[in-house]
Amino acid sequence: MVGEERTERIIGILGESFFPILMAGLQYTIPLTLITFTLGLILAFFTAVARISGFIPLVLLTRFYVWIFRGTPLLVQLFIIFYGLPSVGVTLSPFAAAVIVFTLNKGAYSSEIIRAAILSIHKGQWEAAYSIGMTKSQAMKRIVLPQAVRVSLPPLGNSFISLVKDTSLAATITVTELFQKGQQIAAVTYEPLWLYIEVALFYLIFSTVLSYFQGRLEIRYGRGVAK
Amino acid sequence: MITIDNLHKWFDKLEVLKGVSLSIEKGKTAVIIGPSGSGKTTLLRCLNLLELPDKGTITLGDKTLNITAGTRLKQAEIVSFRKQTGMVFQGYNLFPHLTAAENVMEGQVSVLKRSKDDARKKALSLLEKVGLRDRADMYPFQLSGGQQQRVGIARAMAMDPEVLLFDEPTSALDPELVGEVLKVMKDLANEGRTMVVVTHEMKFANEAADQVIFMDGGVVVEQGTPNELFHAARNPRTLQFLNKVFER
Repeated sequence: MVGEERTERIIGILGESFFPILMAGLQYTIPLTLITFTLGLILAFFTAVARISGFIPLVLLTRFYVWIFRGTPLLVQLFIIFYGLPSVGVTLSPFAAAVIVFTLNKGAYSSEIIRAAILSIHKGQWEAAYSIGMTKSQAMKRIVLPQAVRVSLPPLGNSFISLVKDTSLAATITVTELFQKGQQIAAVTYEPLWLYIEVALFYLIFSTVLSYFQGRLEIRYGRGVAK
Repeated sequence: MITIDNLHKWFDKLEVLKGVSLSIEKGKTAVIIGPSGSGKTTLLRCLNLLELPDKGTITLGDKTLNITAGTRLKQAEIVSFRKQTGMVFQGYNLFPHLTAAENVMEGQVSVLKRSKDDARKKALSLLEKVGLRDRADMYPFQLSGGQQQRVGIARAMAMDPEVLLFDEPTSALDPELVGEVLKVMKDLANEGRTMVVVTHEMKFANEAADQVIFMDGGVVVEQGTPNELFHAARNPRTLQFLNKVFER
């Protein structure tokens, strides 16, 4: 099916493209993932706490935010922020636009995970914490959150891994991340099949490393749980 | 030590406490008995403000709360009042992510700001007292119900409260594990701790209580020494309840 000469050519292309694609991953995909996941997690935490707070203006505000960012496509959100905002005088670099959109999007989804995890902790845990004189914020920090973290790790891991792959959408707003780089090389070498497989393998490796760290965290926060 | 005057509590439209008044002396053990739905657990939870009463006066130690329709207690007021009490729960409510010793240390470190070393020392001596020194570094899921509840008692005592509150501490236990928890409670009663115990264990009430309080329908129907209440009750509701419990 594939002749010897062709095979050599493909191997040559894959070898030459390895470092440019890896660099695109290290330079854009990984920083984009880590920055947006960190910021998204912080945003998600405060959104979740605001929704649980029972303070009506905050509840309504955060519900509105989650409604918008869960209810519209990520791709459309990227286009609005990057291509749309300049028409009202706000021009962002492609990377900054990607960070903002991914953070807001992940924050909305993850806030629901964190909210569910906090609500899953039995009321008796709060009461026991109060009974030894803790304030609400002490009970949250010392008793409820450590348990909620354990509950939220598997779904947050899911969300993190899907973010790694979602960052490929940043290619559409000219961020030369991993996928964009692969696309550029495929366009000049005319070997889309092999290049996109190579790109896919890079995503697979990144996701696998993240799954590994997720597993480690689950062990760490799983103490005190019957196996 | 404790004085309650005309205490009322509503859950929505249901009045659970309909003007409860009673007093408990320092160093005494009061046992509250009564049918389910009589308001005894709610009364106990009002003593450490896990439930906020709607009306009435509670004096505990040197603090008095005067609650009327417009009262809005601040968190700091609630916490400083509550710190005078320790509570033992029906479902133990140990912190599952902490070992037995860490459960007993937690409040000492985060609330009382004791050093970890001091807190651990105190935790170990309390665990010794409840017979669990050798289980100090186990997690709650590795302990039996009776052991968990004894850790719960140690956790409550670690805060040096004026009053220990027990909310049906043996109701969730297998019958053969009830004794070990009651024994610890009896020891505490004999040491002269001030205790308020909601329980169905009539034998415990008879042997360890200084004062038995019978509640029904959100009011205190009758109270007295165990002897007076168990053998010379006068109120027909008390008699009816005791007859059912003792199958006499």
